[in-house]
Amino acid sequence: MFDFNLFLSALFGWPLAKGAMLTMVLSVLVMGVSLMLGMAFGSAAGSKNKLLRFFIGAYVWLFRGAPALLILLFVWNGLPQISPIFRAGWFTPFFAAFLALTLIQIAYLSEILRSAFNAVGKGQKEGAAALGLHNWQTFLLITLPQALRIAMPALVNEFISLLKATSLATVISLKELMTITQFAIATSFRFLEWYGAALVYYMAMVSVMTILQSRIERALSKGHR
Amino acid sequence: MIESFPSSDAQLPSAVELSDVNKSYGTFHVLHDVSLTVGQGERVVICGPSGSGKSTLIRCINRLETHQSGRIIVNSVELSDDSSKIDHVRRDVGMVFQHFNLFPHLTVLQNCTLAQRWVRKRPQSEAVDIAMAYLERVRIPEKAHRYPGELSGGQQQRVAIARALCMTPGIMLFDEPTSALDPEMVKEVLDTMVGLAEDGMTMICVTHEMGFARQVASEVVFMDDGRIIEKGAPDTLFGSPSHERTKRFLRNLLH
Repeated sequence: MFDFNLFLSALFGWPLAKGAMLTMVLSVLVMGVSLMLGMAFGSAAGSKNKLLRFFIGAYVWLFRGAPALLILLFVWNGLPQISPIFRAGWFTPFFAAFLALTLIQIAYLSEILRSAFNAVGKGQKEGAAALGLHNWQTFLLITLPQALRIAMPALVNEFISLLKATSLATVISLKELMTITQFAIATSFRFLEWYGAALVYYMAMVSVMTILQSRIERALSKGHR
Repeated sequence: MIESFPSSDAQLPSAVELSDVNKSYGTFHVLHDVSLTVGQGERVVICGPSGSGKSTLIRCINRLETHQSGRIIVNSVELSDDSSKIDHVRRDVGMVFQHFNLFPHLTVLQNCTLAQRWVRKRPQSEAVDIAMAYLERVRIPEKAHRYPGELSGGQQQRVAIARALCMTPGIMLFDEPTSALDPEMVKEVLDTMVGLAEDGMTMICVTHEMGFARQVASEVVFMDDGRIIEKGAPDTLFGSPSHERTKRFLRNLLH
């Protein structure tokens, strides 16, 4: 039956803790980079330049359409076939997973941010322009803070999805939380204890995010209560 | 007394000069050969039915809208695609909008200091002093640390006026500043504007407030279908308009 001591030693042992740390670091890196690029894509999606809009549309179509698993495998196995650059030592499973997940995440975030930027009224930009603020000042000081408030629940949703999607990188042998869990099970055949311990880690990370979300939302909602 | 300016006002350049300005959205011609000169310290009220192009006209003056032909000269600077000229003009022209366009995520005080800091490059303490002085002037200093969403429409519009004044503009544009307000709040905003006019501010106002026009306007302009139909002193234009279109508009406005 359920071996509680094994569960505890799995939970507080190094292997799972390291796996969880890697999952967290990968998720934070992917989210950080794709948030920056998603903002650029999301605001470019509203640009007057047709070619730019077409490029963004095609990008979103591709990376939202292709399954994450396929993109992971394409990056990890396909890119080295294209060029020897990707056979060098720096092209690790971690980097491949980072690249694949970032490509996908940008597509989703740019859609969320595009709608959030649109939701900030035109009057805000005009008010800022009439005061003599430049476009980039208006974006950073006026549009962005208001758009982030609107987008925050959806962004945290995406982060939580991403945190769990990193487990797909087990197929390219990245030693994240789920890979470690499967390794441990392969040698011990103790399913419940290891799955249980992994579940606790995921739930803990998601809980932290949920708490952070309400903090951030409170900070951004000043003036909107 | 030392005469620092040429004694005749006629030698001062006009504050705003529009000549033969045309603008269209696709096939819809919004402004038709509009010419208008506003001297320093003059107060021009523009009225006309909705869709007549009056808002578009004043929005061209600080380049929120671009005109396609004709010339717009603001304090000797001609507007073009040149962004340094646009910056120059916007630094000198304040604008008050129908829907206030205050920044909801910033406090009243921050609304008033933001552009001072980023555009005028004033130090924070100076920006705050100036902001508080203008908030006093629109009689709302006690709301400095509130957010716009916590204020009534009339209070928000007065903050918007203070925010524009903080940039010490030479010209103020008002785009239907009282149209979105409940009737009992119109007066507090108009009183603020009358005060500004009495201080000699150059003002261009799109409004249907006839009482205000009579009280402060040096000239009233009536527009329809993107054209200036007629202009004149308020008593003349309201008392004995020469065009049938103006008469009809004024009749509808009064009843």
